Amino acid sequence: MLYREAGDFKTSYAKDQQTFPIALDRWGYFLTIAVAVLVVPFILNDYWSNAVVLPFLIYAIAAIGLNILIGYCGQVSLGSGGFMAVGAYASYKLMTAFPELNIVFVVILSGGITALVGMLFGLPSLRIKGFYLAVATLAAQFFLVWLFNKVPWFYNYSASGQISAPERSLFGFAVTGANAHPATSYLFCLGFVFVMAWAARNMTRGANGRKWMAIRDMDIAAEIIGVDPLKAKLTAFGVSSFYIGISGALLFSVYLGAAEVGEAFGIEKSFLILFMVIIGGLGSMFGSFAGAAFMILMPVLLKNIMVGQMDWPTDLASHFQFVIVGGLIIIFLIVEPHGLAQLWRLTKEKLRLWPFPH
Amino acid sequence: MSANFYYGIEVFLNGMMAGVLYSLVALGFVLIFKASGIFNYAQGVMALFAALTLVGFQNGQIPFSHLINAIFGTNIHHFGWHLPALFAIILTLMVMILFAYLVEKYILKHLVNQEPIILFMATIGLAYFMEGFGDLMWGADIKKLDVGLPQGGNTWLEEKTAFLGGPDFYGFYLDNLDIWATAFAGLLVVSLVLFSQYTKTGRALRAVADDHQAALSVGISLRAIWVIVWSIAGFVALVAGIMWGSKSGVQFSLSLIALKALPVLMLGGFTSIPGAIVGGLIIGIGEKMFEFLIGVPFLGGATENWFAYMLALLFLVFRPQGLFGEKIIERV
Repeated sequence: MLYREAGDFKTSYAKDQQTFPIALDRWGYFLTIAVAVLVVPFILNDYWSNAVVLPFLIYAIAAIGLNILIGYCGQVSLGSGGFMAVGAYASYKLMTAFPELNIVFVVILSGGITALVGMLFGLPSLRIKGFYLAVATLAAQFFLVWLFNKVPWFYNYSASGQISAPERSLFGFAVTGANAHPATSYLFCLGFVFVMAWAARNMTRGANGRKWMAIRDMDIAAEIIGVDPLKAKLTAFGVSSFYIGISGALLFSVYLGAAEVGEAFGIEKSFLILFMVIIGGLGSMFGSFAGAAFMILMPVLLKNIMVGQMDWPTDLASHFQFVIVGGLIIIFLIVEPHGLAQLWRLTKEKLRLWPFPH
Repeated sequence: MSANFYYGIEVFLNGMMAGVLYSLVALGFVLIFKASGIFNYAQGVMALFAALTLVGFQNGQIPFSHLINAIFGTNIHHFGWHLPALFAIILTLMVMILFAYLVEKYILKHLVNQEPIILFMATIGLAYFMEGFGDLMWGADIKKLDVGLPQGGNTWLEEKTAFLGGPDFYGFYLDNLDIWATAFAGLLVVSLVLFSQYTKTGRALRAVADDHQAALSVGISLRAIWVIVWSIAGFVALVAGIMWGSKSGVQFSLSLIALKALPVLMLGGFTSIPGAIVGGLIIGIGEKMFEFLIGVPFLGGATENWFAYMLALLFLVFRPQGLFGEKIIERV
């Protein structure tokens, strides 16, 4: 009754091509943004900010990035953790080398540097495909982590080998460092998420996105209709690494504050982001968000139930968490290989016909 | 000849033996990939799980004792017996076969005809599941595995070769365990080749690897083949788990040997058993020699983590299907 397009007449091309063609979707979108900007900052406390909201926003950017590469361009990558490390170390070097530089530019420049590194490691994708490529990207993961561990220049010769973010502020409010208020960090990340998700959504609808999808669906056919695979694959690697780099920079500077490369950006990070993309849904912006929310919320929830409610020892709870995460991934892949986004799509289809399904 | 030269030879020999252990893990991957087109990420965790189960049986641990204690407030941990190694190995093998059956019944059966990436993801999920399950069942502490294999350096070889170098050279140091592992790996490979060439089941396995549909149409049961293949992979995992477990203790890092085996696969090709062996040797020798000649003197060491991947990556750019892999032919 409520959710349908009947009576919603499109009178111009612009209206016909808008991102949310159904009015209720549009209102839902505006409402979400309004709540995120106007309500959440005022009710946010330290626990929620650190345990749920900040990681969700930051990983959502990484998930969008990886989704561009895997979901839209069809190139499987397991090197996201390494690329996040590039973003983090680039932001650290920029922050310490140019203290005057605005934090926004620091984050964007780190993304740019990561994009270059990503394109470099994307070069083999022109020759190799599928699993071979996935394993090849692992080379990036291990090599980059080793590099940041072994070359002291990257962590400014600090004795512990750690990097820690100095305090930087935006419009007079501290964004990074120990004095940052949860609400400011939140709004800072939210700004990035909003702009980047908006850009990604429109990019994937445009010429570039169509080229990526052509490569994904069948690379030889795409080449025949005039898509340059070199350009398409390298732009996908570049854009994807840009997103992942920004997410890494934010993760280090805003969320963690201090990081050690093997611990913060190990292979588990690559898998975490891959899980987000697969569980959320390949080739879907909504899916990236849903997947990130799922993978961030579920461990918090499980821990609260098992340690908080049932008084189990924490190591037992963490083993159980592995079992449940693994089990859920398998169940998900069996029941709905296209992820949460597909479930959402099916629900909307049902809602459009409701309450008269025939 | 200087002592350094002989030291280089020793590094070479050690690299060869490490390489054999890598090929042992890679072999499990190749078997499953050939028969079902699944890239089984869980192979490393299977080795960990097999080793954990073996230690648990040997020491008479009560499964899930940690969990039971947490729920019921009891304090149980051991049955109080010690099983002989051979008996425990047979029991563990039965557990791995049961595991193969369950994987087929509850996971693979439902994922037939999905894209390879989905199947790959499912095995990552399986790896997570088994890792947690193994820890729940047997506890996460580092365990000592001893099935009666000789440990320590081989003194015989050391004494016999000491005369080669100058006064600074004390003979080649080779671990007894590594020598045994090499022998076992060789034996395993030969028996696998004989099995797949000269038995009826082996022929069925090769038929499935060649063409699923043709194999189905001549009456080979795909599901039975999958159970068999996963059982064999479980057996290979058990052998790898025993070797690595006796060497460095049974702990979480055992599951990371899967990551070591990936470049071996890339180098040797995903579909070739000889490829897994040769690839393992190249990687094992290559990374030890690189560390010895270039890594430690010039790069600050610890190059072993990425050298194999870089080698495989460079190699793939020139030969995308690996050394022995089937040529990738694309038709439009």
